[in-house]
Amino acid sequence: MTDKLVIEGLYKIFGPEPEQALALLDEGLSKDEIFDRTRTTVGVQDASFAIRDGEVFVVMGLSGSGKSTLVRMLNRLIEPTAGRVLLDGTDITRMSKGELIDMRRHKMSMVFQSFALMPHKTVAENTSFGLEVSGIAVAERRRRALKALETVGLAPFADSRPDELSGGMKQRVGLARALATEAPILLMDEAFSALDPLIRTEMQDELVRLQQHEAHTVVFISHDLDEAIRIGDRIAIMEGGAIVQIGTPEEIVTNPANEYVRSFFYGVDVSKVFKASEIAEKQGLMVFERPGVNVRAALAQLKDRNRNVAVVVDGDGRYRGMVSLNSLAGAVDSPGDTRWDDAFLKGIETAPEDMDLSEVLSLVAASEYPVPVVEEGGRYLGIVSKTVLLQTLDKAG
Amino acid sequence: MASEFSITDFHIPIGEWVSAAVDWIQDNFTGVLDGISDAIKFIVDNFEDGLLGIPPVLLALIIILIAAWRVSWRFGIFAFVSMALIFGMGIWDETISTLALVIGSSVLALVIGIPIGIAMARKDMVEAVVRPVLDFMQTMPPFVYLIPAAIFFGLGKVPGAIATLVFAMPPAVRLTNLGIRQVSEEHVEAGRAFGCTDRQLLLKVQLPLAMPSIMAGVNQTIMLALSMVVIASMIGAGGLGNTVLTGIQRLDVGLGFEGGLGVVLLAILLDRITQSVGTRKPGVSLRMRLKKVLGKG
Ligand SMILES: Nc1ncnc2c1ncn2[C@@H]1O[C@H](COP(=O)(O)OP(=O)(O)OP(=O)(O)O)[C@@H](O)[C@H]1O
Ligand SMILES: [Mg+2]
Repeated sequence: MTDKLVIEGLYKIFGPEPEQALALLDEGLSKDEIFDRTRTTVGVQDASFAIRDGEVFVVMGLSGSGKSTLVRMLNRLIEPTAGRVLLDGTDITRMSKGELIDMRRHKMSMVFQSFALMPHKTVAENTSFGLEVSGIAVAERRRRALKALETVGLAPFADSRPDELSGGMKQRVGLARALATEAPILLMDEAFSALDPLIRTEMQDELVRLQQHEAHTVVFISHDLDEAIRIGDRIAIMEGGAIVQIGTPEEIVTNPANEYVRSFFYGVDVSKVFKASEIAEKQGLMVFERPGVNVRAALAQLKDRNRNVAVVVDGDGRYRGMVSLNSLAGAVDSPGDTRWDDAFLKGIETAPEDMDLSEVLSLVAASEYPVPVVEEGGRYLGIVSKTVLLQTLDKAG
Repeated sequence: MASEFSITDFHIPIGEWVSAAVDWIQDNFTGVLDGISDAIKFIVDNFEDGLLGIPPVLLALIIILIAAWRVSWRFGIFAFVSMALIFGMGIWDETISTLALVIGSSVLALVIGIPIGIAMARKDMVEAVVRPVLDFMQTMPPFVYLIPAAIFFGLGKVPGAIATLVFAMPPAVRLTNLGIRQVSEEHVEAGRAFGCTDRQLLLKVQLPLAMPSIMAGVNQTIMLALSMVVIASMIGAGGLGNTVLTGIQRLDVGLGFEGGLGVVLLAILLDRITQSVGTRKPGVSLRMRLKKVLGKG
């Protein structure tokens, strides 16, 4: 994946004399010490990272850690004190006023926490706000607004007023307004925080669905960890204006950079972080390839290695079934062509690769055998045993 | 020597200074003063001629209909009764003359005041300068405005309109400023994030969202204008104020009362009708209502 946005040494100091604060930061003073000395606030310090094309990049951190300031520097609603922001290689911080406006109209749009819809405009007019500002003709505007509303499932409400809609619906309009400009980058500042938990999950799923359909580069601010894990391809954790860790949810959960990050994930439901494929063990069980090995030989090998169960795959590596010492022994005397089928254990359920750990957990608990994990095309990926599961939960807890 | 000094000899010639200043302005700015005077006279006269040109019954009907449509049918009845009383007391021409002066000076006050309010909202510097001036203007008793107006513009409708527009302007300025500043940070950010120029931000985001506050300012300006126009009859602005004044001078209680009642009725009508502008009718817009009717039929 290519980098869409590259952020290099980005700083924001709020206050009259930012140079002084920058110098103190260089000396290694903390945000609080600098505030005490200079009465200036460090909003963001030395942020350097890249956001990849088409990913959902979540920024997390406690209140006041600089999340909003960071995203607002990406479209220069807040002017950076120092540093660069490269969008497809072009430095946004050096853009003239006209170039900046052009960039906002075509390259980046934004979704807000409390929706920021215009009460005097209809849903369709709100949706086409960005297009109106760009000077696009009314008919074309309406066409594109309706298309965006279609995407978020609100086309029937095109002529309603925002105050006739529920919170979730209002934010769908907010989302549609951002989609209507067809900007490749979406900035979302706690976009779902004002919604009820149920609606919030619904909107998160909606965003994930949207991404599968047509991937935008999304920069999403959140302080809800479950949300970050649900929608984020990668997560950046901020503390006191600095970014302390960036990584996939799994990386951060299993390997937190410091206590702050760890405390963030304390008590997280890891069973929601991992997918079945991520903990499936290839080496966990013996694997027999069906055309190569016959039932009698398989039985002998199992006995030989002192194992009880094994997985059977076909020549293309596709999962066929599981066998045990007993089932193999019972099938040795079957007629040649049904021998393997008779040997398969009955009632074994497989887990699809993207199944949440929490669901795998219940499969494992219900079965006396490990649970095989299978790719969408049927390829065998490995198994999840009780032991593996316990290890994973223990490592992250 | 000291014993000969008494406090009554202590004299600062402020009056003379002011007279000198006024003379100087009158000598050097005759053109400007005449220009202002002509412009205002043109506007006010046109309003009055226009309103008096409409047949009284038709105008009354229009007012009643507006009252019924914008406010409520009950208020429409009130408007009907008011019109009947005004005709009955024989003060129609005076009422219309007052109304014209109120509308004319209010329009001028708004045309000047709203842009000042916008400038105040956009630049803290402007607010810092204008705010004390507004405070000062609002602490002065209304009839103080009559003196400079009469000095520079003589007697009649023009100085009346000028005193009125100055007196009535502060709420429009204040509430425009306030309304724009009260627009939520997120709305302004949304405007900017979608690529508004400064002008678009003002026209498409700030002014529409500030509209309820601005309309409250318009309402207050009109009400202040009405009270001032009545007072301005002291410098010959005419209208209902003149009726009241004549009543007082002749100790004619009945005439004074009739003039007063006319002012009150006009005040209520203006207040309710201007309040209803800018607030959308609860429920549905006209377009939606039409849709519904057509859909059913
Ligand atoms: N306009 C401003 N002037 C001065 N200080 C500011 C300004 N905006 C933000 N700050 C300060 O910068 C720091 C970062 O603020 P920011 O709004 O980015 O935090 P946040 O992580 O978004 O917090 P929250 O979760 O509460 O939204 C805070 O200490 C805040 O007080
Ligand atoms: Mg924030």
